[in-house]
Amino acid sequence: MSDFALLSLIIFLPTLGALALLFFDKKAEESMRYFATGVTVATFFLTLLLLARFDSSEGGMQLDVSADWIPNWNIHYKLGIDGISLPLILLTSFISMLSMMASWNITKLVRGYLILFLLLETGMLGVFISLDFFLFYVFWEVMLLPMYFLIGVWGGPRKEYAAIKFFLYTLFGSVLMLIAMLMFYFNSGQSFDLLELAAIGQGRSGTSFAFSETMQITAFVLLFIGFAIKVPTFPFHTWLPDAHVEAPTPISMILAGVLLKMGGYGIYRIAFPLCPVGAQYAAYTMVAIGVISIIYGALAAMAQTDFKRLVAYSSVSHMGYVILGMAVWKISGDGAVVGKDFWLMGMNGAMFQMLAHGVSSAGMFFIVGVIYDRVHHRDLNQFGGLAGKMPWYSGLAVGIFFAGLGLPGLCGFIGEIFTVLAAWNYSKLVAIIAASGVILTAGYILWTIQRVFLGPEYKGPNADAITPINRREALIAATLLAFAIILGVYPAIMFNLMDASMEQLVDQLNEGMKAAVNAASTAQTSLPR
Amino acid sequence: MSNLVEQLINDTVQTSLHYFAPELAICVTIVCLLFVRLFSADKWLPPHWVALSGTLIAFGFAYLQFMALRQEGDTTPHLFFTGMLVFDQFTVFFRLFLLLFLILVIALTVLSGIPDNEDSPDFYSLLLGSTIGMMLMASANHLLILFLGVEMTSVPSYVMVGFLKGRRLSSEAALKYVVYGAGAAGVMLYGTSLIAGLLGTASFMTIGADGVITYELAQRIGALVGTDASMSNAAVQTVVLGVMMVLVGLAFKLSIVPFHFWCPDAFEGASAEVAGFLSVASKAGAFALLVRFCLAFVGSETEALADVYLHLGIGIGVIAAISATFGNLAAYAQTNVKRLLAYSTIAHAGYMLMAVAAMMVVLNGPAVADVDPSTEARRCIEGLLYYLFVYLFMNLGAFAIVALIRNHTFSEEIEDYNGLAHQAPVLCVCMGVCLFSLVGMPPLGGFVGKFMIFASLFKSGYVHWSMWIILAIGGINTVFSLFYYIRVLKAMFMAPLPEGAKRFHIPANSILSVYVMMISLPILALGMTNMIQGLSETAQSVASGLFR
Repeated sequence: MSDFALLSLIIFLPTLGALALLFFDKKAEESMRYFATGVTVATFFLTLLLLARFDSSEGGMQLDVSADWIPNWNIHYKLGIDGISLPLILLTSFISMLSMMASWNITKLVRGYLILFLLLETGMLGVFISLDFFLFYVFWEVMLLPMYFLIGVWGGPRKEYAAIKFFLYTLFGSVLMLIAMLMFYFNSGQSFDLLELAAIGQGRSGTSFAFSETMQITAFVLLFIGFAIKVPTFPFHTWLPDAHVEAPTPISMILAGVLLKMGGYGIYRIAFPLCPVGAQYAAYTMVAIGVISIIYGALAAMAQTDFKRLVAYSSVSHMGYVILGMAVWKISGDGAVVGKDFWLMGMNGAMFQMLAHGVSSAGMFFIVGVIYDRVHHRDLNQFGGLAGKMPWYSGLAVGIFFAGLGLPGLCGFIGEIFTVLAAWNYSKLVAIIAASGVILTAGYILWTIQRVFLGPEYKGPNADAITPINRREALIAATLLAFAIILGVYPAIMFNLMDASMEQLVDQLNEGMKAAVNAASTAQTSLPR
Repeated sequence: MSNLVEQLINDTVQTSLHYFAPELAICVTIVCLLFVRLFSADKWLPPHWVALSGTLIAFGFAYLQFMALRQEGDTTPHLFFTGMLVFDQFTVFFRLFLLLFLILVIALTVLSGIPDNEDSPDFYSLLLGSTIGMMLMASANHLLILFLGVEMTSVPSYVMVGFLKGRRLSSEAALKYVVYGAGAAGVMLYGTSLIAGLLGTASFMTIGADGVITYELAQRIGALVGTDASMSNAAVQTVVLGVMMVLVGLAFKLSIVPFHFWCPDAFEGASAEVAGFLSVASKAGAFALLVRFCLAFVGSETEALADVYLHLGIGIGVIAAISATFGNLAAYAQTNVKRLLAYSTIAHAGYMLMAVAAMMVVLNGPAVADVDPSTEARRCIEGLLYYLFVYLFMNLGAFAIVALIRNHTFSEEIEDYNGLAHQAPVLCVCMGVCLFSLVGMPPLGGFVGKFMIFASLFKSGYVHWSMWIILAIGGINTVFSLFYYIRVLKAMFMAPLPEGAKRFHIPANSILSVYVMMISLPILALGMTNMIQGLSETAQSVASGLFR
């Protein structure tokens, strides 16, 4: 299979699956489920094929292919992967597969659910694979519609409110992104090619086009708000608890496991490379936003009594490390980065944190979903003593929660320690505050474990309905836990993939910033006195 | 004298009638429809078949004309009927557009059965007659035709709005429409007489025997104004007044704020089919006319007036932004779907008007590096045409679904749409496609159109910063508009089916479902496939003939 066919198939196989679902008999719900699961499994294996073709020692784009789409507007169907997108592609197809398996107890309008789910997967994979800004934007929005309906139709009691809130926040961010996109387009001689735009932004394109400092800063702010809404960071996070609480369990898994990562990916792929000057300009603000998110998210999580809401706020806190790790970019007077290795470590750590959070938070939402299916409430104060009734479940749950907590040996630890260490180089104060977030995290997670699993036997609502975890559920939870352990014990499995690309990105940004500072100082000295 | 008559006959027979073939075909169809009525032939020859086949023939003529022009790459204008009308790619594009739309509307009326058999010859005569008016608007080259086209479109529209004779609401709507329409027409006629009286001509352009095009209006204004283009110059005052009065008439047809008051009432009173027809076709004709009218005044001859025109363009932009914002905000409070869609068309007219504003700004603004006025103006028109073309499908789709649902539930209130997705899944999914396209969500066609208009606004921002503000308002409006479109979808998909609701089921393989799918498919194709490139190229070629 050619690279073009492989990448296109990865994106559109779920869509084809969705179309095929239309031809199933209305009553054949079970076979529709098996079919849809088969499609997600096949997509996952296709993404594994990418791994075989990927050369991790190469930092640039690989398997990049391009076809004309709208030549009049210089818009191309351009795809490719590198060490930044590949881990996220794997994460997406992996989490999609598991959450499709978790969708078994959706009984309302099964066909519609499966179709929307598969369209959502197409949107997510498209975002990570496309290298044309226009195409990226299209996929970015494609994913909104299924998500709106998945929350709005299959969600909890306040589903409509949550769905529209999610939609509006993201759409607002998209409009800002659209304006930034037009700015790049018209300042680069009408190009949407992300690689070309990055080269122009970093001053190494060899053409006469350049993004001025003001333009870079404006565009960065627009892009950052757009992506920060998705991440989400304080103060754009308020859609997240609502969306998570109301969404059905598998959709919560997707939301936390993949959708939030798109914000981070957007910053890596677009906001940083296209406007290094803007990124550097905003670095301190980003660090502050990251730290506030960590602390605020943890404190808010601690105050929750709704199990799912707690997990949702923990996502805000954990994604704060991602912003923090990326932004610890300190420069000296000539624009060169101070302590490049630390920044690289922060960038790597932030990326790893995204993957780790993708596994652990999807796991946590699944754990919440399993118990909710049985007792139909999520009130932390009414839980307790589940360990006695559901031993297997409790064991897996505690493991996954520890991964979220950041226990050494599990995936959460690596990302947090890397970003906090990198922050030390940037500002000791910031590092200390961020590190103290770990204590708060430990606080709310241990307290949760104590309130839910330990204590006397569960006597709350629907106590009779509690049955041990079934095999399908155990398989999903165990897989997630296994990956949490693998990533925690041997993080190099992911670092090896991303190292070369990340280093190249850091070098390019560094050079871009130096060139911009240089140009500014020459302009200043050549002024007539 | 006889020489002159002979020349006139020659001109008419040899060129004009040939250029006028689609309109003639529609005229013949109208006569046939009346004959069908006269000889009571409608028992064995259903009038809708007459209308449909006549329209198809006209469409075929227009298609041949368009292909011929495209193949020759002919972008120069040709005048006919002694210079009253102009024939170029722009004209033919709009003929195709309107006739395609007419075919779809006739098909819809057949499916929804809104003119009953008794009335249908009348109804189709009105429908076709109004379409001829719109085609005249698109090919106007003379101030008289401008007025004639608008009136020829309007008068049948008034009757069609009041066509549901038994309903008071319908008659009230028609009356409101007539009163507003007459007022606007009067103002417009006064405007044209001011312009023609002052300049001594009413032709937009003339073509000499040697093929040299003279832009009469522009040239005479240039000569009259000279170098003193300040507002204290009486000639400038009069021209600006005249132009603004004509724009009032066009704004009425476009339902632009503050000339929109008729629109929600007329749409609510009219049947959904008629509302759908008016919302797309009369807007398309009015936009074509607006573009022609604006361009008739702009050129190298009127350089002294560039500043005045620039501000006119900005003014159009401001009105457009107000229209979009007002339409979107007012739609939020509606409980009737047709009223909601009426406000949505006001908002969309605002978006499309932004393209015209951007065109006026780039053509008349100060010279700026990287901005080539005629290239950018072409892009503006390209965006407008693309938007209109997608708008045809998405708005017709929405109104068609409203009409088809009305036939089953006898209601057009949003709350009566609760749980409809269980009863008519295909209709509801297609409604989703249409409405999300109206919001401007990728990967639907509405997004591409909006993107093109926003891109041209952004570019014109280099010429005058105010366009960037209008762009920002347009962007924010996208978010506003989500609120109310989604209310309809929320009712359809998320609300449960109320107790005691009328039970019915429209299966996916019924003709109604197939029809709405046929309307929705182009929306998807125009947002994802190579058709984007095809239409963009066509629109560019069409637009390129408009600029010198």
